[in-house]
Amino acid sequence: MKSLVKIMPKKGVLDPQGKAIENSLKQLGFSQIKEVTQGKIIEIEIDSDNEKDAREILEKVSNKLLANLVIEDYEITFPKED
Amino acid sequence: MKISVIVFPGSNCDRDVSVSLKKFSNKDPFMVWHKETSLPDSDLIVLPGGFSYGDYLRCGSMAANSPIMKEVKKSSKNGSAVLGICNGFQILTESGLLPGTLIRNKGLSFLCKNTPLRVENNNSIFTKNYKDKDIINIPIAHNEGNYFASENVIKEIEDKNLVAFRYCNHNGDIDIANNPNGSLNNIAGIINENGNVLGMMPHPERATDKIAGLSDGEKFFTSIIESLK
Repeated sequence: MKSLVKIMPKKGVLDPQGKAIENSLKQLGFSQIKEVTQGKIIEIEIDSDNEKDAREILEKVSNKLLANLVIEDYEITFPKED
Repeated sequence: MKISVIVFPGSNCDRDVSVSLKKFSNKDPFMVWHKETSLPDSDLIVLPGGFSYGDYLRCGSMAANSPIMKEVKKSSKNGSAVLGICNGFQILTESGLLPGTLIRNKGLSFLCKNTPLRVENNNSIFTKNYKDKDIINIPIAHNEGNYFASENVIKEIEDKNLVAFRYCNHNGDIDIANNPNGSLNNIAGIINENGNVLGMMPHPERATDKIAGLSDGEKFFTSIIESLK
């Protein structure tokens, strides 16, 4: 099944890339842009037939490798496949 | 004295640090490939600078899970000294051997320059040959050297005097103006509570020969080698 792990910088952690994007957008004249945060999305195809078991494994890999909990939070989702 | 230098794919300071270690210890370090599952008996293990795994995911995150790191952790628990320089420091935080983490430089630029550091704790095997508050000139070369940790962790590091080096100016002033990368409390290097693990972003191995410009790193290597003899 297909899964997504979304990893975002924790609130208050310096996010210079997000800030740079934000400043660029403002310079381009998009004055409505208030705040930009940059994270990453990792798409994982996992061999499992139910979300509960898959989530358990994905939490393990997120804690072990995908995210650094000192500076990042993660969120696991299972997008519906067409 | 037995020394191992771990070589990851993308390490690029492994040979430099090995030249410096040999210069002061008169012994060739073992060069240990990261895929090894056993480590030669070592008094000192060095994680060198570089760009292990091309800095994929987060600097040091893949290397922290390399097979050899299990052995490095085991040896450090048994009292071997572990030194991480630059990418090696990032690997130490990613593997949990040191607290906190290293994030992107505040100014977004890769920094490559000689930088004054103040010796904050000369009561360690890594720094004993320096005088307290010595100001030394050591090169930095990094993109992610901005030390970050939670408020509680920073407080603990400060309370227990675990900061080894801080960025400063030539007078030893420690403030935002003399902080190259945005590091909390100008932290350039820290020691663990047991005193046997040190991580630092600056490169002492690039300051061990006057012919190459700088020699303030000499006392760093003589400290370790004399301590572990």
